[in-house]
Amino acid sequence: MSGPSLMDSLFQRTLEDLIKGLRQQLIGEQAFISKALEEIRKEIKSTDLSTKSTALLKLCYLSNLHFHDMSFAAFHALEVLSSPRFSHKKIAYHAISLSFHDSTPVLLLITNHLRKDLTSTNEFEVSLSLQCLSRIANVDLARDLTPEVFTLLSSNKLYVRKRAVAVVLRVFEKYPDSVRVCFKRLVENLENYDPQILSAVVGVFSELACKDPRSYLPLAPEFYKILVDSKSNWISIKVLKIFAKLAPLEPRLANRVVEPICDLMRKTGAKSLLFECVRTVVTSFSEYESAVRLAVGKIREFMVDEDPNLKYLGLHALSIVASKHLWVVSENKEVVIKSLSDPDPNIKIESLRLVMAMVSEHNVAEISKVLVNYALKSDPLFCNEILGSILSTCSRNVYEIIVDFDWYVSLLGEMSRIPHCQMGEEIENQLVDIGLRVKDVRLELVRVARDLLIDPALLGNSFLHRVLSAAAWVSGEYVEFSRNPLELMEALLQPRTSLLPPSIMAIYIQSAFKVLVFCLHTCFVRGGSTAGVSASASYESFDDLSVENGAGSTVAHGQTCTSAPITNESIVNLLKLVELALSPLLGSHDVEVQERARNLLGFVDLIKLEALNSSGQEENDSEQKGVEATKIIRLVHDAFSKELGPVSLSAQGKVPVPDGLTLNENLGDLETICSDIELPSSNTFSFGYPFEEKDVSSFSNLQIKEDSGQSNESTSLLAEHRKRHGLYYLPSGKSEVISNDYPPANDPALQGDNNDTASDLVKLTAESLVPKRKPNHSKPRPVVVKLDEADEKPVAVKHPESRDDSLSGAVRDILFGSEDILPTSSRSNLPSSNRKGKEKQHMITQVESKENVVGDGNSSSRRRKDHSHGKERRHRKKNAEERNETDRKEKESSSNHPRRQKSRQRAEEPLKVPPQTSVIPDFLL
Amino acid sequence: IHFVLLISRQGKVRLTKWYSTYSKKERSKVLRELSGVILTRGPRLCNFVEWRGLKVVYKRYASLYFCMCMDPDGNELEILEIIHHYVEVLDRYFGSVCELDLIYNFHKAYYILDEILISGELQESSKRTVVRSVAAQDSLVEAAKEETGSTISNIIALAAK
Repeated sequence: MSGPSLMDSLFQRTLEDLIKGLRQQLIGEQAFISKALEEIRKEIKSTDLSTKSTALLKLCYLSNLHFHDMSFAAFHALEVLSSPRFSHKKIAYHAISLSFHDSTPVLLLITNHLRKDLTSTNEFEVSLSLQCLSRIANVDLARDLTPEVFTLLSSNKLYVRKRAVAVVLRVFEKYPDSVRVCFKRLVENLENYDPQILSAVVGVFSELACKDPRSYLPLAPEFYKILVDSKSNWISIKVLKIFAKLAPLEPRLANRVVEPICDLMRKTGAKSLLFECVRTVVTSFSEYESAVRLAVGKIREFMVDEDPNLKYLGLHALSIVASKHLWVVSENKEVVIKSLSDPDPNIKIESLRLVMAMVSEHNVAEISKVLVNYALKSDPLFCNEILGSILSTCSRNVYEIIVDFDWYVSLLGEMSRIPHCQMGEEIENQLVDIGLRVKDVRLELVRVARDLLIDPALLGNSFLHRVLSAAAWVSGEYVEFSRNPLELMEALLQPRTSLLPPSIMAIYIQSAFKVLVFCLHTCFVRGGSTAGVSASASYESFDDLSVENGAGSTVAHGQTCTSAPITNESIVNLLKLVELALSPLLGSHDVEVQERARNLLGFVDLIKLEALNSSGQEENDSEQKGVEATKIIRLVHDAFSKELGPVSLSAQGKVPVPDGLTLNENLGDLETICSDIELPSSNTFSFGYPFEEKDVSSFSNLQIKEDSGQSNESTSLLAEHRKRHGLYYLPSGKSEVISNDYPPANDPALQGDNNDTASDLVKLTAESLVPKRKPNHSKPRPVVVKLDEADEKPVAVKHPESRDDSLSGAVRDILFGSEDILPTSSRSNLPSSNRKGKEKQHMITQVESKENVVGDGNSSSRRRKDHSHGKERRHRKKNAEERNETDRKEKESSSNHPRRQKSRQRAEEPLKVPPQTSVIPDFLL
Repeated sequence: IHFVLLISRQGKVRLTKWYSTYSKKERSKVLRELSGVILTRGPRLCNFVEWRGLKVVYKRYASLYFCMCMDPDGNELEILEIIHHYVEVLDRYFGSVCELDLIYNFHKAYYILDEILISGELQESSKRTVVRSVAAQDSLVEAAKEETGSTISNIIALAAK
């Protein structure tokens, strides 16, 4: 029966064979691996431990570097673990620490093995098991092995002890109650003079302090001593990390520590330590002017260093400072801007962040200019990084820092022309958004949009399509600001638009529609003398309506009429152009495009039949018809010239449901409701319209009954538009129903209301300080934004509280006196443990008072020499106290288990707790 | 330190050590992403990469990239020192280490790493000590092997009879 196993062990492939075979790859990697796995599966079941362990080792290799599952071998690994041989054990531990995790089923079985090895006399075996424990410990393991680890914490073998210290971290994490047992010994190790132990302990504390710094404040004196005395850079770095966490919690501590840190910063030659000092200062000691200055000096050295690592770190440190001391960044502006052209993308991004941190409303223009220049020169990735950060910075908080919107809009246009630009979507959003929000900029906006539209080369760049769609929308919506609508029309209908995707095509057509209506309107209704009495009367009424558009727009109207006279011939040409460009689109496969093209062509047909005939002839002949046509045009124009404002995200919820509208009813019922709404006027749009039906009906109606059909059509078009750009619409046109809650963005009628809100006032005054112009900076949704923030804030506040886990609770317990500093801490503790803490305080203070009388002398022997005399007295007292504490701890820890029981019993008895207010401060330096 | 990776210039993984819990899928994803990021970076660039809110410090020695991942508030230069430390220890142990050494002795590279780092913390900053303790363990292993060797020869002797 020993036959096969013997053969197995004799002819087994070793790990080396496996690797060699894998590298030669005679039969292909996958095939080889699966064959090897097959073998391993067989070998690992062997009874011979050497065979088993070799198989396990091979499996480790495969699982680690080729990611093959090795969970099937979990039990076999345990079997190997039980081998008395060190080599087997080593492989087994290796395999276990690589493959085990919390849900490995055989994890329970490992406890005894670990216990055996932890108590072994061979230090390497102990260290192996500690190493393994540090990786796989779960709650049960941590709980069951706490006593062993505890013993090892005071092992006289350094090799074992430092590992035990490191393992404690994991044990604490998994099983917080172990803190009660082990913590004192851990603290004792802080006083150890061996640098390795010290480094391990400090490492543990720096990890612990990251999670909950407050609990470790009482240990500050020890850390201070280490900081001042330490000669090892590793340790110093860790201690600095601890202080970076502790200092913000206790100003007096910061006062004491800042000097030694600066000393360290001046003296040290090690860059890593230097950097840690700098970072500690800039993160936690930013109030100390001199320290910050020193740190900034070092940062500058870093930044001008040749080594890219140091440069990067310098920039990184600078970005930490930037949040508190902006002057530092502006002082180092040149370096930062220079590093924008660094070959390293990481450095570039870091410096970009810094540059963005410098941006304010005064320098935004010049910084953006510099950045855009850089963007032109740099590679596509970074170029977009730059553009993205410009866009996000400028649009932050509803364009807070932008004063000169004309400039910004032209910047957007410029940016979209940068060859690598991929930020089309963001630019699109901002163009439309600014158009809606900032009224004064529309003139410039239309100009920029026109420039973009007219350039046929841009149509070929698919990244730009989104920008172009915004440009088309803008020029359609604000066509009244255009200098030359005819030119715009040509741009919108140019043949190369066929390169656009259908959705944007549809926007183009829609905009063309708007432009056309505008042209007709200027030609017939306003500019022409053709209009009869009734027409001029209606023109009057229209003017009333258009007052809402603000005075600026009417001025612009005047300009356009003079600058680009629209004659009848040009209209005829225009109509021809439209027909020419759009008739192929009637067969478009995209529903949207087809429908819109059809709409527009239908309109053109209508106009051509009536208006052109009439205007071509003498006016008085066909006055009736002319009026008819102008009426149509007027109505459509009316519909289009509605002001659109931005809408808050939650606006729809605020729309009151009209009486008699039951949202859940059949669509058939809606039909009747719709017909009701049609009648009164085209001014009120309800949000709950069934758009599709409307479209269809209006389209068929179009030819038949002009009047209602027109309004109907415009309604449908607007509705369609609203559907596309729903975000930018006000809930319902200009109806005053909801205007109190959400004033439409730029409605002059409501401007008064708007200005009432304090925040707006502040904004406006702030802007009026700038003499150049006063952009009408409406903030349509202050309420919403604030609500969102308010919702988020409590969550953020709660978060640290919830992290206040049992681990830190336990730590505080040990380090007593936690109640005074942290009211929240006690919440998570059990009442019994709380009282235990108090009791300890009580005892300590008693001992302390005795010690103060007697033991001053002997404690001073350990006192550090380089202390100023002023502090000496206090320090001495503190030192004595601290000694007491540790003495006591030693006593208690040596007899911990029985003591715990006892103290809990005693906690039941009424205690006279001394006033606790001054306990903690005494422990500080 | 969350994990340690050794990646060859061809993107082959030579060693992985995870100090935080990552599932198998995550591990291979991490490897793929990081090797993509790191291997494409040219020389004379800085050794730090920000990645998923963590910082990866890497350094290239010959054809091998040593990467360690740490929390964003860790000390980059310190990690760099640790990497260098590790490499120096490897160098001492193998006697001018090369990639093949690590390929064939991957377990030993692990053991050495374990000597240096425990649960993601540096534990031994003296190269000599590390080498000494690894050597001591090796001698233990050797002793055990000799034993096995003798048992096998015994078996063979038995079987020969």
